[in-house]
Amino acid sequence: MIRIGSGAGFSGDRLEAAVLLAENGNLDYLVLECLAERTIALAQKQKLNNPELGYDCLLEKRIEPLLPIISKNKVRLISNMGAANPVRAAEKVVEMANALGISIKVAAVIGDDVMAHIHAEERSLEGNLPLSSYGQLISANAYLGAEAILPALESGADIIITGRVADPSLFVAPMVHHFGWSFDDVDRIAQGTVIGHLLECGAQVCGGYFADPGKKDVPDFAHLGFPFADVNSDGSAVISKLEGSGGLISLSTVKEQLLYEVINPHEYITPDVVADFTTVGLKENAPNNIAVFGCKGKSKPIAYKVSVGYRAGFQGEGEISYAGSNALGRAMLAGDVLQERLKGEFKDLRIDYIGSTSVHRTNFGVSEEPYEIRLRVAGKADTPTKAVRVGEEVEALYTNGPAGGGGVRKYTNEVVGIVSILIPRRKINSAIILRESVPDEKKVI
Amino acid sequence: MKKKLYDLAHSRAGDKGNTLILSLIPYDEQDYNLLCEQVTAEKVKEHLKEIVEGHIIRYEVPNIAALQFTCHQALLGGVTTSLSIDTHGKSLSFALLEMEIDID
Repeated sequence: MIRIGSGAGFSGDRLEAAVLLAENGNLDYLVLECLAERTIALAQKQKLNNPELGYDCLLEKRIEPLLPIISKNKVRLISNMGAANPVRAAEKVVEMANALGISIKVAAVIGDDVMAHIHAEERSLEGNLPLSSYGQLISANAYLGAEAILPALESGADIIITGRVADPSLFVAPMVHHFGWSFDDVDRIAQGTVIGHLLECGAQVCGGYFADPGKKDVPDFAHLGFPFADVNSDGSAVISKLEGSGGLISLSTVKEQLLYEVINPHEYITPDVVADFTTVGLKENAPNNIAVFGCKGKSKPIAYKVSVGYRAGFQGEGEISYAGSNALGRAMLAGDVLQERLKGEFKDLRIDYIGSTSVHRTNFGVSEEPYEIRLRVAGKADTPTKAVRVGEEVEALYTNGPAGGGGVRKYTNEVVGIVSILIPRRKINSAIILRESVPDEKKVI
Repeated sequence: MKKKLYDLAHSRAGDKGNTLILSLIPYDEQDYNLLCEQVTAEKVKEHLKEIVEGHIIRYEVPNIAALQFTCHQALLGGVTTSLSIDTHGKSLSFALLEMEIDID
């Protein structure tokens, strides 16, 4: 049996959960999943400006407190925090280890960056349109599988830093490495993939993103624990969390996470396998202790998916609040006025009434008059100078809009879009690059 | 009588590009058949007509007594380029739970 913990479910996740897991969880492996679809395109942009950057901007903050603990407890760490620059991230970790006097071996997994192998006239999976029609391309990263991580595990590295890897593969790799599973053993790989899928979002299987007071209560919610899985050689596993940590692992939380972001439960496709999530069995052994078993799989797909990032212009936004009698009426008047003032500059202007219909784009006919409303306007333009016009016009409502508007905020952001293509496996050559710390002898612990 | 799905089931929303994915999980597994019968893809499409522009596919997952609705063209272009406030559509699980069904 091996125990794999999940210490982060996205790039902005809480830091202390991983520290607690590494310290008290008796883990064999700790996985930190920190790379969203768009993050790597943003990281690539950063790397173009400065070749020393392009890895997760929380790398130092997240890894430094973990280094002494994983070194002491012999926990191997796997993370995709390398983003667009895994080698530099690995070197950064080695620098931190040197400074702390910790002896450690770090492997960077490379090969996901396929920018050199793609063609601007290839057509996207989403719209069957040539990539060139979307805008200037800035990144192309293939979703590597567990196979790309195996050489790093075999090298004996204590820490493995990857770029783009399918999230569940970060978890499947240590299982394959430890148990010696074959990738042809599709049911075991599928079962490993389910476990990875359940763990990859961190606290989301422990009551995070689940709580609804009075309906779905989660105990000690503020101190939400993060999950780990005890995985057996046959692929069956138990999902649990630290004794005394907050949160809840129940059939309900596991079911929500099992189906999360799954387009077709019969075919959950990763670079490792096509898993049939409708075959998964769940059983509550004890409170916060759920067995997961029985997943069936089919052979892995013949191509890798590639996320392609492109420059999609600039988004300008502005917000202003109205409150008291006829707040919605005044906000709607302001919306109409802005539409008129900006219609020549923005062909697609989005006007939302926060507090009424902004989030669901409808209120299903609920017609109670809200006490306060925040008007929010957004539009896209080719340049930041044009995009900023949205916020400027919202601000101008102070003296040129309806009565009682207050609290203007304005924003302008560059937009990076993502589309996908497929790439044949033969075009991908993943590899590892090793770096070792050489700590100052006097400080070695 | 009519009952809101919110009273019987819970849901989590996920996204892939411009596709919205909504689970529907009864609190009591005994209600799974009722949900299968009452919460068809067509009825969900009608309920979410102001949100989902494309078609909706319903998947049944009897092993865990849950339904999954995959809703196409539902996120104003998707998380990376949508002008919406909730670009992921994460809050839309609660839009599904606003739907009412007939209970004997």
